[in-house]
Amino acid sequence: MQNVKIVVTGPFNAGKTEFIRSVSEIDVVSTERKITAEAEKIKSSTTVAMDFGRITVDDELVLYLFGTPGQKRFDFMWEILSEGMLGFVVLVDSARPETFREARGILETFRAYAPTPYVVAANKQDCDDAWEAEDIRLALRLDPQVKLLPCVASQKETVKTVLLELLYSILESIETPAD
Amino acid sequence: MALRGNLRDFSFTQILNLINLAQKTGMLTVEGPGEMARIYFRDGKLALALIGREENDLSAILARSRKITANQARVIRERTRMMTDKEVGLLLINAGYLSQKDVFDSLQLYSIEVIRRLFTWVEGIFQFDQTSPVPTGKIPVRIDLENLIMEGSRQLREWEQLQEEIPSLDMALKFTDRPGANLRHLNLNLEEWRVVRYVNPKNSMRQIAQATHMNDLEIRRIAYALLQAGVVEMVRPGGIPPVMPPRSLPPVNKEEHKSLIQRLINRIRSL
Ligand SMILES: Nc1nc2c(ncn2[C@@H]2O[C@H](COP(=O)(O)OP(=O)(O)OP(=O)(O)O)[C@@H](O)[C@H]2O)c(=O)[nH]1
Ligand SMILES: [Mg+2]
Repeated sequence: MQNVKIVVTGPFNAGKTEFIRSVSEIDVVSTERKITAEAEKIKSSTTVAMDFGRITVDDELVLYLFGTPGQKRFDFMWEILSEGMLGFVVLVDSARPETFREARGILETFRAYAPTPYVVAANKQDCDDAWEAEDIRLALRLDPQVKLLPCVASQKETVKTVLLELLYSILESIETPAD
Repeated sequence: MALRGNLRDFSFTQILNLINLAQKTGMLTVEGPGEMARIYFRDGKLALALIGREENDLSAILARSRKITANQARVIRERTRMMTDKEVGLLLINAGYLSQKDVFDSLQLYSIEVIRRLFTWVEGIFQFDQTSPVPTGKIPVRIDLENLIMEGSRQLREWEQLQEEIPSLDMALKFTDRPGANLRHLNLNLEEWRVVRYVNPKNSMRQIAQATHMNDLEIRRIAYALLQAGVVEMVRPGGIPPVMPPRSLPPVNKEEHKSLIQRLINRIRSL
């Protein structure tokens, strides 16, 4: 049996849980964990909630979807998350520009950490206040080659498209490793 | 679809940056606590900026920049009550009072002045409307946004925000190959030039800071301004392995790996 995982991340309230729920065959399990920052003594603990979703592929392969909290303390979770990880989805709430700065920070952190393929999903495109995907691309300073997909997390089809595009990118990265 | 938000979350400089990169045409309205501004853009260039209930007809603007006196402005306004700025401008130029350059210089100066005032707004609802062109009768100018973006970005000094924008100084900077992003058109200050000299995918920002004797805040501030102006982008320094390489799949062979991904693709398609 082989387990692989895709990480779904993004700022608070972006729709990560909803995204995972749309395609998971099990009820999404949210967990809360305490993580202690060794390097810092100012703050003793941070509560971290993680979502798990599961998609069974066949007898030998299971895909897990992990929903992270926002970027805060993400560095401590990197090791746990990177184990068996194929790639990331970064979800952004298209209707809340106040979260774009954090989303940019998350993206830059990821890019600093690892060359894992990722896609960005402009979620909540059904909202009246949603920014257009191309405006979000500029607001997040995404390279033209980074895939940015419109998404409505509650609609399974758009979630499938996001995951498929990520998998296509992963296929490409196997053909032509970046680093 | 909206392009709407609060300056608190998406700064005026960032809006300018977006308009510049997307080469947008339309009207941006910004509603501050006590004032409202309307700013018009054409193909990503500033065309006209108006603020509040301020007198912004051509004669008032010419008086502001001392091309004419306040008294002259009043007389002109009285005599040309039914005329548009364009008509008034033509009249003044044809009558030999002013040159075309005088008129354009004054208008540019005024729009830039309005933009500078907006840099100081920390609060305000903005909205971009692609369907509103420069009002007929007004004289549009054409001002590149890059320098204004640099000016606005320099004013960001908040440590926390800068750290969020640039989380890691181990990243390098690289000049963008975006057409139009030309250093020569930018008015950089001395510190910025010092950083620009070291911009190279091989040099991390930390190394640039060391070479230029800057602290973390200073290097972040300058890098942020250059990033905002679209001159540079952040890249992982060449040759240096990522902080923590992903221990993804066990290093199976390429074909196995591909077939695994293909199985996932087929499964998700069937959902
Ligand atoms: N209209 C709309 N609402 C959405 C969409 N996706 C999520 N939501 C709603 O947005 C809210 C937040 O969604 P969650 O899935 O809890 O977001 P999250 O990213 O898991 O949030 P945290 O775990 O708290 O960071 C919920 O009320 C969802 O129903 C979407 O595409 N469109
Ligand atoms: Mg959640």
